Amino acid sequence: MFGQAVIPLALTLKVAGFATLFALILGGLFGYLLARFSFWGREVLDAIGTLPMVMPPTVLGYYLIVLIGRRGWIGEWLDRTFDVTLMFTWQGAVIASTIVAFPLVFKSARAAFEGVDAHLENAARTLGASELRVFARVTLPLAWRGILAGCMLAFARAMGEFGATLMVAGNIPGKTQTLSLAVYDAVQAGRDDLANFFVILTSTVCVLILVGSGRLLKPRH
Amino acid sequence: MARVKPFVLRCIGAALIFMTPALSLAVDITVSAASSLTNAFAEIGKAYEKAKPGTKVLFNFGASGALLQQLSRGAPVDVFASADVETMDRAEKQNLLVPGTRTIFASNRLVVIVAQAAGSIPASLDQLASPAVKRIAIGIPDSVPVGRYAKAALEKANLWTKLEPKLIFTQNVRQSLDYVSRGEVDAGFAYATDAAVVPDRVHIAFEVPTQAAILYPIAAVKGNGEENAARDFVRFVQSQAGQQILAKFGFGKP
Repeated sequence: MFGQAVIPLALTLKVAGFATLFALILGGLFGYLLARFSFWGREVLDAIGTLPMVMPPTVLGYYLIVLIGRRGWIGEWLDRTFDVTLMFTWQGAVIASTIVAFPLVFKSARAAFEGVDAHLENAARTLGASELRVFARVTLPLAWRGILAGCMLAFARAMGEFGATLMVAGNIPGKTQTLSLAVYDAVQAGRDDLANFFVILTSTVCVLILVGSGRLLKPRH
Repeated sequence: MARVKPFVLRCIGAALIFMTPALSLAVDITVSAASSLTNAFAEIGKAYEKAKPGTKVLFNFGASGALLQQLSRGAPVDVFASADVETMDRAEKQNLLVPGTRTIFASNRLVVIVAQAAGSIPASLDQLASPAVKRIAIGIPDSVPVGRYAKAALEKANLWTKLEPKLIFTQNVRQSLDYVSRGEVDAGFAYATDAAVVPDRVHIAFEVPTQAAILYPIAAVKGNGEENAARDFVRFVQSQAGQQILAKFGFGKP
């Protein structure tokens, strides 16, 4: 039984890991664009980017089915062209988790980039640094703590993702049954012993990750 | 003293107003029923409310195993109707039922359903192993009766291990029905009555004979104060009116 618990844990870490990575790339990019460039509709875009955080996960799950389901907008094209589908796959679970985790990184990144003193960046520019150098040597070092904090929240959210995953991932043991689904099923089946074990395992892993990354964030004096 | 009297009268008046719901004859009963009973019981509920004005029937549909878990943890439910005898046995063992109220009220058939627009249609359990059938929806055997029936049938035909990689485990029979009607899976295990709910989206590929008959028990649940109304509802489901509605939705006789 206890060996059984490792599989959903490993799967959850894999899904949450990839989801956080994609959320970091997309959220970081989105956050940078909205922090640095002012344009008409910027706040509307911000609201859209925050939407997945506000909407119930089952609503997101339904949108995903409409999008990547076999008869969905993207899903049908994928099925026809490549004979591949994202429903009931761990990649589909990653997409679901990425969408729910995205706003957490995006919001933190935007705030972090906006918090960087423009004078410092301009000073670097007057000294002849290229835009890329300004970003790498001035902006990012000042903003990375805020972005990383957002990533930690995103990872925690991705680990706990349940509603959308339930509708889209297919609950296949060993392939798409994440820890949250495994706990749910164990409780439904009356297997409290198994559920207890899953919960203790998840809690321990989450606490370790949060404490570990908290140490990373501590500024060195 | 003269000033206190109107105040006291007002307090009594307010208390009476607040007590009115308890004093009235209106009765609310909560019925936890298996997902496959969704449509039939919704109509039975309406018929019961008409027959007994002042009573409101609230429904809670889900997989029988999940419903049992809620009952075990003290959910305020008055009547429990499950899709298999095993779950009701477990409820009885946990002392959750009012003794003497348990009875079988309907039967059903296990079928394999496919989407209306399906290309190749399997005609038997063996054909589910063909490469044309990539994914099969089935309820989680541990908590969903239809999944248990399906697993038993597959094990009997020595197909369980072969088909296991293709199985998508669903939370209840209606989720299986949904996946089939959307075309997300190529086939699914459900009851004959579920296929009848969306005839334009799914149809029955073939019936699966089961070792034991699929029987639906119902019982009143202990300890929620509405035992009389609960017994009444159970009786109504067994009455001609209730049985007629069940037959209309495709359920068999108990």
